[in-house]
Amino acid sequence: MNDILIVGAGQAGMQIAVSLRELGFGGTITLVGSESAGPYQRPPLSKAYLAGDADVESLELRAPSFYEDREITLLCGDAVTTIEFAGQQGVATTASGVTLHFDGLALTPGSEPRRLPIDGADLDGVLYLRDLDDADRLKARWDAAHNVVVIGGGFIGLEVAAGARKAGKTVTVLEAADRLIARAVAPVTSEFYHQAHVRRGIDVRLDAHIARITGGPAVTGVELGDGSVIAADLVLIGIGVIARSALAEQLGLELANSAIVVDEFARTSNPRIVAAGDAVLLPHPLGGEGSVRLESVQNAVDQAKVAAATLLGTLEPYTAVPWFWSDQADLKLQIAGLSTGFDDIVIRGNPDDEHFSVLYYREGRLIAIDSINDAPDYMAVRRALGQKATIPAELAGDTSVALKSLVIAGTA
Amino acid sequence: MPDITYISPDGVSTTLEARLGDSVMEVAVKHGVAGIVAECGGACSCATCHVYVDADFMDRVGEPSDLEDDMLDGTASDRLPNSRLSCQIKMRADLDGLLVRIAPEQL
Repeated sequence: MNDILIVGAGQAGMQIAVSLRELGFGGTITLVGSESAGPYQRPPLSKAYLAGDADVESLELRAPSFYEDREITLLCGDAVTTIEFAGQQGVATTASGVTLHFDGLALTPGSEPRRLPIDGADLDGVLYLRDLDDADRLKARWDAAHNVVVIGGGFIGLEVAAGARKAGKTVTVLEAADRLIARAVAPVTSEFYHQAHVRRGIDVRLDAHIARITGGPAVTGVELGDGSVIAADLVLIGIGVIARSALAEQLGLELANSAIVVDEFARTSNPRIVAAGDAVLLPHPLGGEGSVRLESVQNAVDQAKVAAATLLGTLEPYTAVPWFWSDQADLKLQIAGLSTGFDDIVIRGNPDDEHFSVLYYREGRLIAIDSINDAPDYMAVRRALGQKATIPAELAGDTSVALKSLVIAGTA
Repeated sequence: MPDITYISPDGVSTTLEARLGDSVMEVAVKHGVAGIVAECGGACSCATCHVYVDADFMDRVGEPSDLEDDMLDGTASDRLPNSRLSCQIKMRADLDGLLVRIAPEQL
């Protein structure tokens, strides 16, 4: 293999390029991204960047000289529009007309916000948050906004809501489901976040039915199913993301709900093409049932490392412990493991103290933790899961004993 | 702009210029200093940017926050009195010449 093309210059694409060099690959590496900025950190966009505590340069994942020194060619602000990979040689063309030849291919296309199909969603002041351009649009309106309505009670929505409340704005969160962050955490954690945000002055409405967004040309409010209108001069919609699959479709790869299906070695249904990051559906990394999508920095990095090794002919299965964090107001949520399929939980500490953990079990075995302002518990479980160890459920609730002292070696 | 010197576990020394306000972790990662992993990008969530601060700078660098203190209990290499997570040290003019030793194990 001499010429590797990586399509998508986010966290995963950047990491594949870096890992290829670390593994000694001496051929050409071309990293193509449609955004004008080079690879940057997305998590601060909904937090420090919005609050003005981080600038564009501080978001850069690597300095420009890093890529030059390692002879990684970055093509930013250009998108691959057509791609073919038949036989040993592939060819891609970009929107600006550049032709790229390659004999190794990695797809890291990422995802884009799910759009809300509703009247008024195209009004001025109705925004989404995924990339730097989105964040700049949001920032441009931030100081002047007084009434912020967030549609979607997931991580992005709640992080932005918390920041808006901290900045003194009137904030309403509308969630269609009967609890917040329902896809990622147990009801006890959802309920905690509901109460914690209410305590800080956010109006949280569950089971919300939204009829339309009102105004013209600028947004003025959000009308609910009962005809009531919540005043708004800024509406942020955060209702999940959809994997970008256009190029994978051109290549005839297997997709599931628009995500690219890969095996534990990050190989797509065409084993010569690897894929990593948000756009990928992968086998459960800790031996659980089924396949998962992991929309996180951790997954982008760890799966990219697996993908780079695979491209160079070394098959190392993905077995990293998933982890995740979310900062909302002064609440630090840290999650390790995957709680999907849990049949028991242990609550360690008291949620009313805003300092507690929820441990998830399946068939008596520890599978995950949500820690709120409790880093030691989070670290103890993250380490235990990495060693295939467990913590007995009947002991885990005793806060007089450090969780890490309760870890017992696994048999799996 | 203040300088930072990083000493790797195998003794290699790298000196870089920092922007004021950048963290000791950011400067290292952006320039590819080996040994600082920083999986979480500076959110104090992973304890993989562990360094030992040189004695001459301990007073000026200051104490870790409660969260950092908790995270330091979970580092892969031994926690010592001069252990810090480099993502939590922001560069100031008076830290010019800062010397840190990178912990041998991060993961």
